[in-house]
Amino acid sequence: MAHAAAVAKPPRPPRRRRASATPRRLPYLLIAPAALLMLGFIAYPVISVFYYSLQNYNPTKPWRNGYAGFDNFTRIFTDDPLFWDTLVFSAKWVFVEVGLQLLFGLALALIVNQTFAGRALGRALVFSPWAVSGVLTSAIWVLLYNSQTGITRYLADMGIGDYGVSWLSDTSTVFPAVVVADLWRGVPFFAILILADLQSVSKDLYEAAEVDGASRIKQFWHITLPHLKDAIILSTLLRAVWEFNNVDLLYTLTGGGPAGETTTLPLYIANTSVDAHNFGYASALTTVAFVILLFCSMVYLRLSKFGGESK
Amino acid sequence: MITKEAAQAAPAPAPTAPEPPRPAKRRRAWDEAPRWQIYLPLGIYLVFTLIPFYWILLFALRPAGSTSLVPWPMTFVHFEKVWTDRSFGTFFYNSVLVGVATLITTTLVALAGGYALARFDFKIKRAFMLGLLCSQFVPGALLLVPLFEIFAELQMINSLGSVIIAETVFQLPLSMILISNFIKNVPYSLEEAAWVDGCNRMTSFRIVVLPLLRPGLIAVGSFAFVHSWNHFLFALMFLNNQEKQTIPVGLNTLMSADSVDLGALAAGGIIAAVPVVIVFAFIQKWLITGFSAGAVKG
Repeated sequence: MAHAAAVAKPPRPPRRRRASATPRRLPYLLIAPAALLMLGFIAYPVISVFYYSLQNYNPTKPWRNGYAGFDNFTRIFTDDPLFWDTLVFSAKWVFVEVGLQLLFGLALALIVNQTFAGRALGRALVFSPWAVSGVLTSAIWVLLYNSQTGITRYLADMGIGDYGVSWLSDTSTVFPAVVVADLWRGVPFFAILILADLQSVSKDLYEAAEVDGASRIKQFWHITLPHLKDAIILSTLLRAVWEFNNVDLLYTLTGGGPAGETTTLPLYIANTSVDAHNFGYASALTTVAFVILLFCSMVYLRLSKFGGESK
Repeated sequence: MITKEAAQAAPAPAPTAPEPPRPAKRRRAWDEAPRWQIYLPLGIYLVFTLIPFYWILLFALRPAGSTSLVPWPMTFVHFEKVWTDRSFGTFFYNSVLVGVATLITTTLVALAGGYALARFDFKIKRAFMLGLLCSQFVPGALLLVPLFEIFAELQMINSLGSVIIAETVFQLPLSMILISNFIKNVPYSLEEAAWVDGCNRMTSFRIVVLPLLRPGLIAVGSFAFVHSWNHFLFALMFLNNQEKQTIPVGLNTLMSADSVDLGALAAGGIIAAVPVVIVFAFIQKWLITGFSAGAVKG
């Protein structure tokens, strides 16, 4: 991401400065709307989540409300098997989704970056699911996975697989089923990000490599991949955070079921707060999730040496 | 992270610039994959991409109970049913309102903030940038309860304004970073030249910067529209009244109904997809340059 050094401009002769009206106050005026909105609707809610995490707060049981100290946190770590289950599923979900999206997204970007007949149409078509929302993705895959009229029935008619598999309600099939549904939407996103960066690789490098007799695989390892490094690190991190936080798809596709098999931590939090009205406990869970996310991101950036010696 | 030198050494590709035709002998190297290595995997991936789209079309267009794999004879009863009986007409109107309002507010607020970030050095800039970055780790879904309380306090529950504000706020950080990166790619000397010619900051911005920003603004605006069109939880939480609901909430209702009406679900899904498809058809060519100039190279 950008940082301040990127924006520092060389000092200009003072006579030109006159042309800019009220330069001292102007930047503050310009960021004021954004800053106010974010303070009011992100910073303040975040702080109140921290505050509620130390409270018993349940609007349906007001007589129990009040300061709770670290009770909520103690309960999370010592007395809530659901927390650990959802944490494990979250990790599995993020790891599998982001890994596969990176793999397929990179391959897809490399393919559509080539010149071939019908490239514009091909790009438009393979990228199209990216525009589709979580809920719409769910709707589409509910239709596809339907045991009576879904695609497996037709495959079974052709002798592939079994009849009447309820992909989304069977604990043994639900994980691959949701992974595939989310890949359908996620791979194009990754491919677009990587493609954008691929286009800025200088063609001269490849030509020079070609002259030196480097094979295409070598060119990929020594030119393409190093060039993409920062983009890949950044997009996998963003994607991991989004996949972790996003509840639209799982909420509508499985509702976290069957038997809690697809409940991520954020989905568990949403259920705790929205359905069970246990806001205090949900806030404590949120705080824990936030800390985990921040910690993992920092470790990831450190390990991957983002923006490191290459620049 | 990019240093100033690196930013100057590697300017983002000019928006929409067509690749200059190169002499045949230079078209080698990486471009030279055998055709089948392109078409075969692309074909397989296309099948994976398109079957779900075909499936939803199939269910939307064929009569209920039909198991034909071709939507023929075609029927539009499912569309009529969701549009009127399931209030998708109302949902559609609400979604358009939310989408367009979010687009406008996000673009304007992010444009002002992005300009400040790109062109000025000021005291709280580092803190502000850090705030933008940190906000990416704050899941909107987890702030539902405090947000609900704020909107209740403001008497905005059941008003589309609450959703518009929430969507705008969660679009802002990324939009602002994108726009400020776009503005950095517009040479400062152009603005300075305009001042020498007697323009003030406002005019120089309008006639020099804004036209060059068009691809970036289109990318940012369309993301804002598409995100708010697709996003689901804020509308679900802040709008209890069915009259005020948006399309994704309507779709979710269709999905969780006791006996899922697959035809209606498919038709509703297509209604939900149409505006997004139209938006993307128009902005296709700006999308990738928009991303490469703004997002990845920050």
